[in-house]
Amino acid sequence: MDAAAIHTAIEEMAAELRNLIAERAIAAPLMVGIHTGGVWVAERLHAALSLSDPLGRLDISFYRDDFTRIGLHPQVHPSHLPAAVEGRHVILVDDVLQTGRTIRAALNVLFDYGRPKSVILAALAERGGRQLPIEPNVVGLHARLAPGEQLKLTGPVPLALVRGLAPTKSATPPAERTEHGLPST
Amino acid sequence: MNATNIQLDAAGNLKHLLTVEGLSRELLTAILDQAEGFTGVTQQAVKKVPLCRGKVIANLFFETSTRTRTTFELAAKRLSADVLNLNIAASSTSKGETLLDTLHNLEAMHVDMFVVRHSASGAAHFIAEQAAPHVSVINAGDGRHAHPTQGLLDMFTIRRHKGGFEHLRVAIVGDILHSRVARSQIAALNTLGAAEIRVIGPRTLIPDAAESLGVRVCHDLREGVRDADVVIMLRLQRERMSGALLPSAHEYYQLYGLTEERLSTARPDAIVMHPGPINRGVEMDSQVADGPRSVILEQVSNGIAIRMAVIAMCIGTQNLRGLGAEATYDV
Repeated sequence: MDAAAIHTAIEEMAAELRNLIAERAIAAPLMVGIHTGGVWVAERLHAALSLSDPLGRLDISFYRDDFTRIGLHPQVHPSHLPAAVEGRHVILVDDVLQTGRTIRAALNVLFDYGRPKSVILAALAERGGRQLPIEPNVVGLHARLAPGEQLKLTGPVPLALVRGLAPTKSATPPAERTEHGLPST
Repeated sequence: MNATNIQLDAAGNLKHLLTVEGLSRELLTAILDQAEGFTGVTQQAVKKVPLCRGKVIANLFFETSTRTRTTFELAAKRLSADVLNLNIAASSTSKGETLLDTLHNLEAMHVDMFVVRHSASGAAHFIAEQAAPHVSVINAGDGRHAHPTQGLLDMFTIRRHKGGFEHLRVAIVGDILHSRVARSQIAALNTLGAAEIRVIGPRTLIPDAAESLGVRVCHDLREGVRDADVVIMLRLQRERMSGALLPSAHEYYQLYGLTEERLSTARPDAIVMHPGPINRGVEMDSQVADGPRSVILEQVSNGIAIRMAVIAMCIGTQNLRGLGAEATYDV
């Protein structure tokens, strides 16, 4: 998945978001990207939608549910929200949605900054494997991957979605890996 | 890394923080980087993150302290831990309970971390050796030995102002002999690669073999602060001084008190630091303490971020011990 295809996917996401914002009659949404990949996607969406408030950045490291199992994430960026969240319509942007745990954590961070009026979730890529009842409003790509496979966004320039094997503890061989591409919607 | 360093687990993660000595530049830098992440928490409407929810941290202060204890308490609370403040001097020990019995009683209450301040050098180390394997110990100052979180918060403050350590000239002024703060600062500055560290003070307050710490000794303040990027003033520890080390506080001020005029030989962008509490008119003039180059109150704020980082790093690795868990993150 190369930069050009991602560019197209992000343009489609921007169009969908524009429709959704109009449909819900939202005047000035506040866009917030999740570190690190989500911020890269959000920067492009933010420019495409020419939003008035600067882009916010959330780091979810301090809200992860696996802290007591694996410790502190080695690279933590301070979260930065340029405007108050209280009463705002927020567009939350992430790169790859899989288990839903990142979004659960991000929502908790957001609510510690204030009470948003609504939250829209936009993800560049969505894949199976949800462990929580979280679904995106806007998706760039639907990926079909085998359980052991990983999808990762690299960037910031150029953006690329890279498939690979997740470093799992179980040593099952990747025998049943299907070679599906990443058809865009 | 090595199993001989009691502060690290088998994978080289921080388990206890007892002294800056023996910690690598990478680890010190990692602590400073983590602290940078925690500075953002104060921007939240709810100034709290849920990292250490359900963990219990006991502050064991065998020696009084206001700033250190309150910033440790605030750091723990911002991490959502439960905090026990034990005023040891006024409790069990006065009823004859030994230190180890107090410790084991607290362990029986499922405490996950001890923050220890003690007037005896090596006290925190001793507690770390005796504590149960799942318990972490942080040294909040032991005798004349070390005060690692103070040393680290000072490094954090310096890095925020100066960007790095490589070309820095740092002057540390005052009672080096009794100062655990100075010892931790010197160890951290040397590990982080500061260009030059000078210690300045009267002969009676500088240890005989000070040069072996990796510093240059100077007895003249004006000479010592010349071209310095950072000037750190130490508190005159009157409660630790016995006998005739100093004629009087006033005479000390005459020779070693920092004034704007004496600071004029330092670099124009030099910062002035002090671990607090300041004795105004003894270590420094109010004009300096409240002046534009003073970062003394920033040090206090930074102390919370550093303590959050150290607590979170120690507690975060408690469950990893001996498990060899791979750090994989579900998206």
